[in-house]
Parts: sequence; C-alpha cells; structure tokens
Amino acid sequence: MTTSPDGEPESRDIVAAGPESPRSEVTVAALLVGAAVSAIAFIGVYSVEKFSTQHELMGLTLAASFAFVAAALILLGERVLPSEEVAEDYPEVAAPQEEEEVAKVMEESAAGITRKRLLVGAGGTAGGAIGLAALTPALSLGPWFEVAPLYRTPWRAGRRLVDDEGKPYKAEEIEQETFYTAFPEGSSHRNLGASIVVVRVDPAALMLPPERAGWAPEGILAFSKICPHAACAVALYRKPTYGPTQPGPALVCPCHYSTFDPGKGGEVLFGPAGRPLPQLPLTVDAAGEMRAGGNFSDAIGPSWWGIDMEQPH
Amino acid sequence: MIRQTVHFLDSRTGAVPFMRKSLRYIFPDHWSFLLGEIALYAFIVLVGTGVYLTLFFEPSFAETTYTGSYKPMQGLTMSEAYRSALDLSFDVTSGLLMRQAHHWASNIFVAAIVLHLLRVFFTGGFRKPRELTWALGLMMLFASLLEGYLGYSMIDDLLSGIGLAIGYGVVLSVPVVGADLALGLWGGPFPGDAAWESRMYVAHVFLLPILIGILMAAHLALVASRHHAQFKSAKRATERKLVGMPAYPAQVPRSIGLLFATAALIFLLGGLVQINPIWQWGPFEVAQGTNGAQPDWYLGWLIGSLRLVPGFDVTIADYNLIPNPFWGGALFPIIVMAVLGAWPWLERRFGGDSHSHNILDRPRDVPVRTAFGVAFFTWVALIFIAGSADRATVFFGLDYEAQVIFFRVAVIVIPLVAFFTTRRICRELKRSEEIGFDQERAEEEAEEEEEAQEAEREKEAAPA
Repeated sequence: MTTSPDGEPESRDIVAAGPESPRSEVTVAALLVGAAVSAIAFIGVYSVEKFSTQHELMGLTLAASFAFVAAALILLGERVLPSEEVAEDYPEVAAPQEEEEVAKVMEESAAGITRKRLLVGAGGTAGGAIGLAALTPALSLGPWFEVAPLYRTPWRAGRRLVDDEGKPYKAEEIEQETFYTAFPEGSSHRNLGASIVVVRVDPAALMLPPERAGWAPEGILAFSKICPHAACAVALYRKPTYGPTQPGPALVCPCHYSTFDPGKGGEVLFGPAGRPLPQLPLTVDAAGEMRAGGNFSDAIGPSWWGIDMEQPH
Repeated sequence: MIRQTVHFLDSRTGAVPFMRKSLRYIFPDHWSFLLGEIALYAFIVLVGTGVYLTLFFEPSFAETTYTGSYKPMQGLTMSEAYRSALDLSFDVTSGLLMRQAHHWASNIFVAAIVLHLLRVFFTGGFRKPRELTWALGLMMLFASLLEGYLGYSMIDDLLSGIGLAIGYGVVLSVPVVGADLALGLWGGPFPGDAAWESRMYVAHVFLLPILIGILMAAHLALVASRHHAQFKSAKRATERKLVGMPAYPAQVPRSIGLLFATAALIFLLGGLVQINPIWQWGPFEVAQGTNGAQPDWYLGWLIGSLRLVPGFDVTIADYNLIPNPFWGGALFPIIVMAVLGAWPWLERRFGGDSHSHNILDRPRDVPVRTAFGVAFFTWVALIFIAGSADRATVFFGLDYEAQVIFFRVAVIVIPLVAFFTTRRICRELKRSEEIGFDQERAEEEAEEEEEAQEAEREKEAAPA
C-alpha cells in the first residue's frame, strides 16, 4: 500500500504535518470538559427524587454531553490533527491466477470420481431429507393444515347478546344513529368471531336480501365487528346528519376505510374489502332481550386461499 | 510505549499488517457518504438502548391488573407485556428516556438507510463490482422494517394489536400457504397463542438483530474490500486511483464525532419529543379499534397500498383464492424489493455496460436510470402519501373517498410524467453543459487566433 504520491522518497513521514493550532487544542479541551460537566449533570438529575421534568432534563443533559464530544472530535479532526488528501490505486477487481487455481483444485480433486452423478444424486437426496427432517419440528408451531379453527364462531341460535361487562342488551336500548359492541353471553372476547356491532336503522330503509327476511327485528341489525379485509375492528359508524343530502349510514373500518352498508346486509360501499361484512341474524325474545337467530351469513374475519366464504361454523 | 504495544500485538496476533492497512484506508470526502454511517451509528444506539429495555420488559400475554403510578389505568386488566412497558415508562427512572430514544433511533435508522439507498441508486454506486453490497443493503432494509414492526407490536397496546391484525390479514392472504403460515406463526387463529408473544420477542431482540448485524458486517467488509467508489471531484481521482482522507488520523475523529452527534440527536428527541405514547392507546382487545393511531413512518407505504387497492378478491364460486390484502400488503413490497434488487443486473443487461466502475455518476449523466429512479420512487412516495389521506381529512377537511380515487389515478399518471420530465431535464442539463464547453472552446480558439494574428503583426512590424 503506497500512500505517498509517486516519486517521493520512502523515508518521508507517513502522516503529513497537520495545521498547528494551539487555540483549537484549548477549544477541544474546553468542549471535552463541557461533555464531562453535562454527563455529571445527567447523573445528578437521575439521582434526585422524582420530579415532573426529570425525564426531559435527563435527555437534555445526556444529549448535551454527546453533542460536546461530537463537537470536540470534529474540531479535533478539522483543526488539530492532520487531514491530508492521499491517493492510492484501487485494488484489482480480479485475481485471474488464483481464480484459475481454485477452479483447478475443484476440478482435479473430483477428476478421479467415476460415478459423479450417483454421488451428486445421493448427496442431494441426503441433504434434502435432512433439511425436511430439520423443518419437521416446525409443524408443532401451530395447527398447520387445520383451517377449521379459522371458521369457528361462538354464535348459535338463542345465544344472548351482552355488552363488554356481560349485561344483556334489550331491544329497546338500541337507538338509531349510534352503534353498540356486543358479545355472545359467556364467551371469550378474544375470539375473532365473538364481537359484533349492533345498529338500528329505519325499518323502511332496509334492503336486505330476501333470504335474510326477519334477520333484523325492528330494524336492528348485527354484523361481525371484524373487518373481512384485514381483521381490524370495524370501530366507526358514519351517520348522516343532514338526511338525504348525505350518503347513508355506514360501518367503517378505521384501518383501511372499508365501508359497509348495514341496510343492504353489509355490502361493501367503498374501500379495499373484497366481500361484505358477515351479518348475524337477530331475534328479540319475550323479555325484550336480543338473541342470535343463528350463525353468521358468511365466514368471519380475513380471507385465505380456499376459504369457503358461505360457511361459518 | 506505542512501539511496545504494537510489537506485543503483532507478535501475539499477527494483526499489525492488517492494522497498518486499516489505518490508512482511504475515505473519499463527500457528505452523502455519511448517510450509511448514520445508519450504523443509529444501530449502535438501538442495540445499547434495546439491551437496557430487555432488562425490564416482560414478554407475556398473561393477564394482570395494573397497579402502577399512572392513575388513569389503575385497576385495568392487561397483559404483563403492556404492564411492564407502562412500568418502564412511569416507574423506572430513565426508562421512558431509553424507550423513546430507542423508538426515535429506529426511525432515524430506517430513514438513514433509505436516504443512503437513494444516494447509491442515483449515482450508480451499485454497479460492478458492488452489486452484492447493494443486495446486502436491501436485505438489511427489509429486515429492519420487520424488526421495527415487531418492536412496537410486542408491547400489546391497542396500536400493537391493530398492526398485528393487519399483519395477520396479510399473511393469511398469501396464495396457497397463507392460512398455514398464519396459523403456524401465531400458533392459532388471531390474536394467537400465548407463545406468539415469545416468538415476536425472540425475533425482535435476537434473531433479527443478529441477522441485521451479520448483513451489516458483510456489507462493510465488501465496501472495504472493493474500496469506496468516489465522485470525480478531485482532479487526481480516476477509475483506477482513489483519492481521499486516510482513516487515521483524518477520518476517525470525524466519524466518531458523527456517532456522538447521532446519539445526541436521538437522546435529545428521546428526552424532549414524545413518541408512541403507549399509555394513550390502552390495552389491546380484539373488538377495539381506534382512529388516529398511526404506525411508524416507514410502514406508511404499506398502509397506503392496502388502502388504495380497489375492493375485490379473486374468487371461484364461494371460494376465495387471493384475498385483497395480498396485493397491497405482500405483492407491493415484494415488487419494490424485486425491482431494486434486480436493477444492477437489469442495467447491465439492457444498458450494455458490464465494466467495473469506481467513479460515481452524476444523475444527469445517466438520464434513463435517473428518470426511472425518479418515477419509481415517486410511485412509492405517492402510495406513502396516500396512506395519510385520512389525516388530510382530519386536518384539512378533504373528502377521503375523493382523495383515494385521485391517488388511484395519480399513482399511474404522475410516475409516467415524472419519467419523461426527468429524462428531458437530464438531457437538457447535459446539452447546456456541452454548449458551455463548446462556447468555452470556441472562445479559447478565438483568443488564440487573435494572439497569433497579433504576433504576426508584431513580426511584420518588427523589421520596420
């Protein structure tokens, strides 16, 4: 490695003389002292009893300490230490002789083998099988190939709708222009198929498919709360404030703004969802409490390759 | 003293010839070469603060009741993971500083990588013999995106859960193997088995950092082995001659200075600027959603792509084949990665240039690459901006649906316009330079002629 420009004698100093700047040396030292003072200040702020701006002051003192060191080092490089411009040749891109030798070692080592394809085949088989064996324990990670749990929902005909504290919903409590989150009585809230949104719309405005007649007593509708696009909770309800001049009521997912029309059985109005929000049939019992009339209209949650969309379980 | 230490090292390790070379390794001097260094230094801060956080964080979905010092949450049921992250923020002195510095460092880390990538792309730094360095850098970028995502996902607050729900939907949408992959990763249907939290944790604090570390080491080893490329800024700099400042003493203090400057910025932000205030989100519940919680900036392009795709699934009768999230959540990032990864080879194949290059291009000198790059990154950036259309609705009252429809068209039209405009600008710039050269040359020639004429006249005048 030659760092000296061509033609200069070898015995010359390797590092060129730097800029002599005693004043800069003093400044560097002062900055380093500043760093030490800030670091000690950090220790001090940490050590005293908790107070409201402690965290901000810790950040400030630590950052100041680092900033002082940064300034000192950059000044050291710019004003105190030599920063000469040097040149050298780029390394050769290739070493043809070594390339040739490596190739020869590989070729000549295998030159005596008569059944090369047999060996390569057997080696490949062993490697593949060992690879598969090494991957096999990964099957224990989860219920691979068993998609049944993805379809499962806790909703059955007759199951009561309760709020997040377990109190049953009465039909008369469900008002228009707002929405309610309900769960099946006695079931875990963590199941994707558990939570539903309940809304009341004007029964005259209902345009449900004919096979869903009677799913919405008094205009009360229920849908899976889990967006069939990407599993977020459908947590927004668009309600028109100025009647006919605005688009109708809609359930909206806050993640990617898939928008569903409750009056049309959860049909997609806008956004990336590729299928409707699954609807849950409802009934009102003699006590006026809301109950499920069966399972959902479609499979709940986000879709996958081969999902039977019409089949909740 | 110095001589003794060097001799001791040399006779025991034989490493001194290598040290000798390293001390005088040449760094070309240009500010844009520092972007990669900033990423490296942010990574160092990430490892340091991250180790501190692991000493307090408890990666567990087990239910507990919050009794810490943050009053609004007292008595709330939550996971140990979220509880310990809250304790870290409120009850561990300097815990919040470290957590926020860690989060800021991750944002700066990815930002520095992206800017570094743009610099290398537009100057042709990826060309032979540096294609592998480029490929390693891309892998690092994508590993870092996953690393960052898992980092805020394992806290188990509402933002974590919403992000994971989307991730689950995307994994589930992968053709053929999606359901198996999702069930295998999560250990069951979303929100997953208790082991899912440990899986995220081990990936975030062990597997991915080690992977990123190995990629980084290989990336830097390749840079050093082929040496830095350089701009044609110094007269002596050529394809065969590297000009710059030696590692020691010129570069080392500047570079370590940059390390401290990066750390200073990160801790300043960590101390003064709030980031991911997890106590505002609350514990995650499947049935909960929130409007306004935003992921880290570097996932914005995926939010945008998921939102822009029109609503359709690929279906046969009642069976779904390719659910919608696949296009925006999986295919889009794969395309971006594939195009960037293949670019050095595409350029060699179709640009017909298979030579080694040590001198970097100015963007204008390669109009087609520059135009393609501007179009491609404009495409990604527009999708990124589309991801914040809901914020534009909140802050400026713009109609959301109209914005989405606008962006669906814009992401096709604007990159095309960008391509032709950029190519034109590059060519015009080059031409104006050539005109400049021609003019200079013509002026010089005219001057020379004048001088010659004058000399002749003097000669004629002399005998008289």
